[in-house]
Amino acid sequence: MGAGAFMLPNIPVSGRPVAPEELLTSGVDVAMKKRLADAALNAAKAKGASYTDVRIGRYLNQYVMTREDKVQNIVNTESYGVGVRVIADGCWGFAAVVDAKSEAQTARAAEEAVAIAKANAKLMKEPVQLAPQKGYGEVSWKAPIQRNAFEVPIQEKVDLLLGVNAAAMKNGANFVNSVLFMVNEQKYFASSDGSYIDQDVHRIWPVFNVTSIDQKSGKFETRQSLSAPMGMGYEYLQSNPKDKVTGITTRYNKGYDMLEDVIAAAQQTKQKLTAKSVEAGKYDLILDPSHLWLTIHESVGHPLELDRVLGYEANFAGTSFATLDKWKTKDFNYGSKQVNLFADKTQEGSLGAVGWDDEGVKTKRWDLVKDGTLVNYQAIRDQVHIIGENESQGCCYADSWGSVQFQRMANVSLAPGKDQLSVEEMIKGVEKGIYIIGDGSFSIDQQRYNFQFGGQLYYEIKEGKIAGMLKDVSYQSNTQEFWNSCVQVCDERDYRLGGSFFDGKGQPMQVSAVSHGSSTARFNGVNVINTARKI
Amino acid sequence: MSIILSESEAKALLQKALSYSKADECVVNLLGEQRGNLRYARNEVSTSGSLINQNLSVQSAFGKKVGVASIDEFDDASIEKVVRRSEELARLAPENPEYVGVLGPQQYLKSNGFFDSTANITPATRAEAVAKSLQLTRDAKLTAAGFLQDNRGYSAMMNSKGLFAYYPSTNVNYSLTVRTEDGTGSGYVARGYSDFSKLDTAAATRIAIAKSRGSAGARALEPGKYTVILEPTAAAVLLENIFYSMDARSADEGRSFLSKTGGKTKLGEKIVDERVNIYSDPTHPELPASPWSDDGRAQEKVNWIENGVVKNLAYSRFWAQKQGVKAVPNPNNVIMAGGNQSLEDMIKSTQRGILVTKLWYIRSVDPQTLLLTGLTRDGTFYIENGKIKHPVKNFRFNESPIIMLNNLEALGKPERVVSTESETNYLIPPMKIREFTFTSLSDAV
Repeated sequence: MGAGAFMLPNIPVSGRPVAPEELLTSGVDVAMKKRLADAALNAAKAKGASYTDVRIGRYLNQYVMTREDKVQNIVNTESYGVGVRVIADGCWGFAAVVDAKSEAQTARAAEEAVAIAKANAKLMKEPVQLAPQKGYGEVSWKAPIQRNAFEVPIQEKVDLLLGVNAAAMKNGANFVNSVLFMVNEQKYFASSDGSYIDQDVHRIWPVFNVTSIDQKSGKFETRQSLSAPMGMGYEYLQSNPKDKVTGITTRYNKGYDMLEDVIAAAQQTKQKLTAKSVEAGKYDLILDPSHLWLTIHESVGHPLELDRVLGYEANFAGTSFATLDKWKTKDFNYGSKQVNLFADKTQEGSLGAVGWDDEGVKTKRWDLVKDGTLVNYQAIRDQVHIIGENESQGCCYADSWGSVQFQRMANVSLAPGKDQLSVEEMIKGVEKGIYIIGDGSFSIDQQRYNFQFGGQLYYEIKEGKIAGMLKDVSYQSNTQEFWNSCVQVCDERDYRLGGSFFDGKGQPMQVSAVSHGSSTARFNGVNVINTARKI
Repeated sequence: MSIILSESEAKALLQKALSYSKADECVVNLLGEQRGNLRYARNEVSTSGSLINQNLSVQSAFGKKVGVASIDEFDDASIEKVVRRSEELARLAPENPEYVGVLGPQQYLKSNGFFDSTANITPATRAEAVAKSLQLTRDAKLTAAGFLQDNRGYSAMMNSKGLFAYYPSTNVNYSLTVRTEDGTGSGYVARGYSDFSKLDTAAATRIAIAKSRGSAGARALEPGKYTVILEPTAAAVLLENIFYSMDARSADEGRSFLSKTGGKTKLGEKIVDERVNIYSDPTHPELPASPWSDDGRAQEKVNWIENGVVKNLAYSRFWAQKQGVKAVPNPNNVIMAGGNQSLEDMIKSTQRGILVTKLWYIRSVDPQTLLLTGLTRDGTFYIENGKIKHPVKNFRFNESPIIMLNNLEALGKPERVVSTESETNYLIPPMKIREFTFTSLSDAV
């Protein structure tokens, strides 16, 4: 579907609540995991499976939620279980079992998966075709974090958030919510190909929402944090001058100064209350990476998922305009020459970074759009033969041991411009434009043609200079038209990640976390609408 | 023990858990559920799954210090352990100034939401229901992608002041998208029932087939303001944004579409056409719902909007106490009353308009006005002189459901629908709206 919006307090929480210290205990050890996995692999084979994979997962979440001077909730959850996926009679089958700690339990799940596969095989026309994959033996991967967020005392987190809230109130906010999301996935994967892969994945997202109210007019304005969810530890909250991008407002790279950002936000919501309402029309847009990530996500990441292109998501998330016949021409013009978009499951600090995906494929980086031309998709083992490849691209993921893995978006990013160009130089060249920072409202059609995006901060550009703040701004465009209107991308000095912590797809819906990098980019002549209404 | 406990089994288990409690106040919540699903695409089964889940959650309080712990094993030692754990967490917790204590015993309405027809679904039943759909689309040389999902379960709670609540329920949701082989037509259908015996996948499939064929060869119309007829599936995804925004605290705090200047709210004011009546009723036979809220409050029939006037807002117990008003909980179901017109009657009485069968990717643009954006999808048709003339290309809209309900022309007979955004079931009528704002065209089919 789309990037999960920041919707307090509608936060997906899965797993059982536990005490914070339980998040630090180690789960089932690797030797035991191997035994549990082997029991399932053997049981499935005995029942006639031609392929089996076993995922033993321990998923830890800690969410600290506050508003103004109060801690609203501290959620600690742990979810542990085993999911077994098989191919039998040419059909997929999947069964999962919670809290499985015995070989009998995992073997039973394997047998059930085979039974389901055989029952559903009757409805199949073509057997599943799985790309070959070599086994890696016993290997492991750990996210290169510096400070495990789960080891940071709760009090330190509460103090940080309450300090952030106090700063917002002191600077004129009427309300403020702040939240710290922390995730640790301890995943073990084993397959009948001979892989036994142990991985430790960490993610963090500090986020706030500030509201200011004008009692006289009854109007209110909000501003969300300019942080990004990251595949990092608590070190992301370490303020560092080299990670700050100064300008009309400060933006952040791999070190986020939450206190500084909330002070700016409180002041900016006040400014927004009296900002000029935009005049609808065509503008040149300068889009900051804190905004552009979501446009990339929706208009490039999703349409280039091969399962959508093929119709597997037709009943929910939709299909794609980027059909195979367009790709086969080798000349489909996705964007201007400045546009180079790539998929990457290896980038350090990104949400999607892992060593191997959830079907045991080593991760990599590959091009999707090169010099404006569509060159590839994102595909997994049972799909790659359709695009003439014999190796999966390694972007298979399940959000839990209890969910079946399927194709999910890799980190999809816009490559920085090759020529030296700063944001200030870019703005100087714009006569009539809007500079947009932060992500806001977002909506796109089911084939990813027509979209509409808002932001957090809008600045009018007149004759090369920022002329003041605007409000009620959204832009509407069409994917191909939009990427063809891209005339400049700043160089790699400005490259930063944004991302989604709760990207939804599939039925039943699964969430996934994914990053999108870019430098600030310019798009000419985009249609801007005014969103002010009276009720 | 089975996963789905009877009322007496649940009561006994909850009493046992409470007997271990040493806290000032204690609430124990219990649930058990079994879910199953079958998914298909490209006229073939793609994935399927099943899930069994049970959980016992204990909330202990010492004064205003509250701790919660839960467990999925129900032996005596595990239950005692989880009670102790919640008490340890409560002792360590900061005081929650908004904790208002637990409720005493409540009287609940009777609501029947559990049907054996749904509870007894097996993988074979699911495969059979889907096979009927696949047969039709394969024969018609159309491409189907669908999803069938059922669940059976119960929830129960008991607290140290003697409150006990139990509610078993079942639900099945089915949705299907049928596309023409050349990708120029697409039709959709969704059905939600508590009682699986009401689901006719073949009949539903025929509707999606007709829409997919009928929507092929769409022509472009200029975006702008049009009279629209919204089928209930399309109306639901706009209206639920009103249902979700009835919170009193946000309104009182000045950050809701229901806020007014000077800290006042629109409670008691007419905000939409006087024919609009929106209420909740857990005993409604077409949309049964739990007669108690998560915190044990009794769910009654509540009029949220009556004759266009805001009659009630939803309160947390804390906020109601602070404001000195009745603590009306958020509803467990929502029903919009309608009229007697059929969809066909509405089309007949329309000189020039657009029939919208489904809307997609609805997002808030401005919470102050409830302005939403999104697109039409899977069948949009031009109406002229009382007849459907031809399919039209999809539009993006920017519209507020409040403005929309002020531009109401007619209401039809309510139907049970499944929200394509939240999967929640509602009873919603088809409705005719004038001056609905389409802002751009989409090439998507």
